[in-house]
Amino acid sequence: MQLVNFIAHIEEEFEDLPKGLIVGETAFRQLEGWSSMMALILIARIDSEYNVNLSAEELAEATSVNDLFDLVKARVAI
Amino acid sequence: MAIFSIPGVKLAGIATTVPMHEVSNLDFETIPEAERKLFVRSTGINKRRVAKKGTCTSDLCEHAANALLKALNWKPEEISVLVFLTQTPDYITPASAALLQHKLGLPKTCMALDVNLGCSGYPYGLSLVASLLRNMPGAKALFLAGDVSSACLSEQDKSAAPIFSDAGSATALMQDSTAVDMHFNLETDGSGYEAIIIPQGGYRNPTTLESLQYAEESPGIIRNKTHLVLNGINVFNFSVQTAPKNARALLEHLNMDQSSVDFFVFHQANLIINESIRKKMGLTIEQAPQTLHRFGNTSSATIPITIASEIQAAISEKPCRLLLSGFGVGLSWGAAVIETNGMVCLPVQEADL
Repeated sequence: MQLVNFIAHIEEEFEDLPKGLIVGETAFRQLEGWSSMMALILIARIDSEYNVNLSAEELAEATSVNDLFDLVKARVAI
Repeated sequence: MAIFSIPGVKLAGIATTVPMHEVSNLDFETIPEAERKLFVRSTGINKRRVAKKGTCTSDLCEHAANALLKALNWKPEEISVLVFLTQTPDYITPASAALLQHKLGLPKTCMALDVNLGCSGYPYGLSLVASLLRNMPGAKALFLAGDVSSACLSEQDKSAAPIFSDAGSATALMQDSTAVDMHFNLETDGSGYEAIIIPQGGYRNPTTLESLQYAEESPGIIRNKTHLVLNGINVFNFSVQTAPKNARALLEHLNMDQSSVDFFVFHQANLIINESIRKKMGLTIEQAPQTLHRFGNTSSATIPITIASEIQAAISEKPCRLLLSGFGVGLSWGAAVIETNGMVCLPVQEADL
């Protein structure tokens, strides 16, 4: 599981943002176009790409894209 | 384990009723326009049906039941079993099924009861009614299911209000020794009870003056404690983890291939959930029809509405094997495999209710 691919999936869901804007350190809730709907969209994308289900509580603890990546990577590894 | 089969009970017919009044989610003023568009695109729900103030689920179900009795040429006095499945009954007490027995003109020799289930309710209700009919020679039954969710939602809650629509359904079943077996796989996980809940107004947390005070829980979510709360992410996770597994387990138990099922009729939750389930199961849209764009999430009525709206023509041509899958509040979920041999299915009716 690569961060670059993970970011590419997130970028695809934020379709109005220019490519390259999102990096590991990006606080995803601060991105333009963020809403609670986007949270569900990301959870669904992560489920479809990695077969990992992040709970609402886990998502609430994540701030950056790196935080999300680490959460998913830990589960994929199991 | 609640995997079981019931012989000798026929699904005679289905009728569904929705209120005439439609509301567009593109007009949902609680959230900015861009978010509204994202909401509609992601959930697939652009319009919802909203019942008039004071209309109860029992009114919509009564409408559907009367139409169904007429179409089947059944007389009310022939009915021995009435099950009313809803989360929005007329009263906390008494059971609405008793009121419906009277309003529909069913005989006093009819047993009638309410069941408190939501989105998983359709397969559950079918199993209950079929189990009862099995030991009642020649008996006929009505299974009524639906919700007026608009009555328990805050119109200022973007996380719940735009998802739900109002509807009632009526399904007729009868004992028939030539009927193909119905099969069920029903499951429960009460540890997730908070994922979809009305927190106050029952007897664990009775209504107080404070219950009725509106508060902004987060931007776009203003509600009081007697309104329905929906944790979208946890409901998503629950749905995609349980529904495909439950359906597959039933088919495996029956030694049936997915390809031997003509239609998979899933509860219509929202498009993100339904598309995830469909893709996990490797089904086409033709195999797993959707009605979210037309009728939204009508709780326990989504399955009969989808049958009536999308596959009525196929059913009238030849007997079809259907897998019905419901999942939601409880948490509760389940699937049924049924055959539609000669089943009467009325088009979805609109009523001034």
